[in-house]
Amino acid sequence: MNALEILGQLINVTLVFSTALIFTGLGGLFSERSGVINIGLEGLMVSGAFAAAVITDYAIQAGYEESAPWIGLVGASIFGVLFALLHAVSTITFKADQTIVGVVINILAAGIAIYLTKSLYEGSGQTTTLTHVFNKWEIPYLSDIPFFGEAFFKAYPTTYVVILLVIISYIVLYKTHFGLRLRAVGEYPSSADTVGISVTKYRYIGVLLSGALAGLGGATITLTTTSNFAHNTISGQGFIAIAAVIFGKWNPLGVAGAAIFFGFAQAIRNFAQLFEWSQQIPTEFFYMLPYVLTLVVLVGAVGRSAAPGSLGEPYDPAKR
Amino acid sequence: MDKVKGIADKTFNKTSFLVPLVAIILGLLCGAIAMLAGGFDPILAYQSLLKKLFGSPYDMGEAIRAITPLLFTGTAVAFAFRTGLFNIGVEGQFMMGMTGATVIGITLDLPWYLHAPLAIIVGALCGGLWAALTGYLKAVRGVNEVISSIMLNWVALYLSNYIIRAFFVAKGQQKSDPIQESALVSIGWLSDAMDHARMHWGTVIALLGIGVFYIILWRTKQGYELRAVGQSPDAALYAGINVNRTIVKSMFISGLFAGLAGVFETLGVFGYQTMLAAPWGYGFDGIAVALLGGNTPIGVLLGAILFGGLSYGSAGMSFGAGVPPELVRIVIGSIIFFIASHGIVKFFIKPFLGRRADKRKEAI
Repeated sequence: MNALEILGQLINVTLVFSTALIFTGLGGLFSERSGVINIGLEGLMVSGAFAAAVITDYAIQAGYEESAPWIGLVGASIFGVLFALLHAVSTITFKADQTIVGVVINILAAGIAIYLTKSLYEGSGQTTTLTHVFNKWEIPYLSDIPFFGEAFFKAYPTTYVVILLVIISYIVLYKTHFGLRLRAVGEYPSSADTVGISVTKYRYIGVLLSGALAGLGGATITLTTTSNFAHNTISGQGFIAIAAVIFGKWNPLGVAGAAIFFGFAQAIRNFAQLFEWSQQIPTEFFYMLPYVLTLVVLVGAVGRSAAPGSLGEPYDPAKR
Repeated sequence: MDKVKGIADKTFNKTSFLVPLVAIILGLLCGAIAMLAGGFDPILAYQSLLKKLFGSPYDMGEAIRAITPLLFTGTAVAFAFRTGLFNIGVEGQFMMGMTGATVIGITLDLPWYLHAPLAIIVGALCGGLWAALTGYLKAVRGVNEVISSIMLNWVALYLSNYIIRAFFVAKGQQKSDPIQESALVSIGWLSDAMDHARMHWGTVIALLGIGVFYIILWRTKQGYELRAVGQSPDAALYAGINVNRTIVKSMFISGLFAGLAGVFETLGVFGYQTMLAAPWGYGFDGIAVALLGGNTPIGVLLGAILFGGLSYGSAGMSFGAGVPPELVRIVIGSIIFFIASHGIVKFFIKPFLGRRADKRKEAI
């Protein structure tokens, strides 16, 4: 294999790993833009990955082989929303500590997902391997271009969906009334309240959107990478997505860029065995790479000022 | 008289005492609902759980063994919370403590009165320094401690696996060579008395650690500064306290406790270290313990007993009633959920409290 082919495949795999991170990162973005920290993204991804595995499995058994992954995808986002609702009710309505509730979501989602897996699959710690998951779409003609075809035009449908979503998110956040209000609520909730914007309503929308999107992110991993759900299907991707939100300065395009960077760090692992020199490096270091890079990026590139103004603070109209 | 009554009111403040209690009950109810939904018998399951806990001297000893690391990790999280920091990296500090103790325990050849203490100290320092790194990143670079410590958890996991695999691996196994006898801290006579449950000195040190937690924070000048930063960093800065140094110091001490938890898992329980695919979970359970205990020394003790007992007893649930042991994670998660959103709990108990308060007013 020549260098260009390897590079093309590296980009291809990078996009596979990045897709889940972009979905989840966009989720974190909407939540944080409305002023609610969502440490629970990891748990929301777990619930999505679990729901996708189970619902797709049932859809296949019911005879909908071709559309099964899409049904799983929709089910995963609904599942994500349910868990996010728990987050929203306690942090927005009851003003609980956002970070702690996020941690609770992580513990609960992991517990419930494994418990239900064992209940549904006779004590087995993982769901059955799905016979129908997403296949890569080869865009006609474009995928025949050397290098670029392999790199960009032979991707899973979820990748094309997420690219579309990044653009939509950008437009929604910066070009619509809804986006302006959402950002206002996250920046100066009391001012937003004064001009008649319901802080509670917009924060609920932000958090529930994060549930739907993180659910899709988790489902992506099940339906494109692992083909089933087990306790280690999601291992830290939710937290990396949070880092992508920070690194991407709370901007959809930035978040997508950061997520691709972290996806690349994960993809490199698959290519470690290809070269003589890289085989000398212990595999553990390749596993560490995404986390170390995340740290380095956070240390090097973060300005404190970029975060939404009211991030982490419950809104209390009495203190206005 | 009034003064005494005031203190009593503070300690046994109705809501602060009732919220954890109601949260525990609601958490167990959530678990029961989950069991009913999964087609299991919740009463039989909870009975099997209790039977597993108190069934034999061996089980009681092993339950204490399961509670011990939670005493440490709960203290670690609570200590950091008191100084305004959320140490979610206890898991990684635990791994580093474990690895530090393993390295000393295997490589050095010393008499027992030097070997075990040295392994304990080195392990604790490994945990402390790993945590101090998080504190440093927050103090100097403004990196959110939650994210950096979660990343460091994974780095610690793979680093530990690498150290074990590259230098100490037992041939053909996924674990290290055994630790030398001189570094072990098990209590032989007590283990014999409890049907060979793995009893060790770590439990005693964990209890002492809770005392140290109280003394440092509430009986020393340093502790006053730590708590002042926790209450309000700006006010502390204005009062002349070096906030950045306090953050690093607080994380270091918190990490010492976390490291000790790992140290005693190696030196007291297993006598070797396993290569892991995923973290143990003692760190995350430490968060649950600290929250349930309201970050107080007594609360941590009670919280560790409850969660350690539940986790150990969960094996009985799957044996006696066929319930997957992960159910206990749902119970623990629900309990912290209700404590964190105490607004919901107060919403439930308000009608009762309100009526009583009204009656008292009438009596006066």
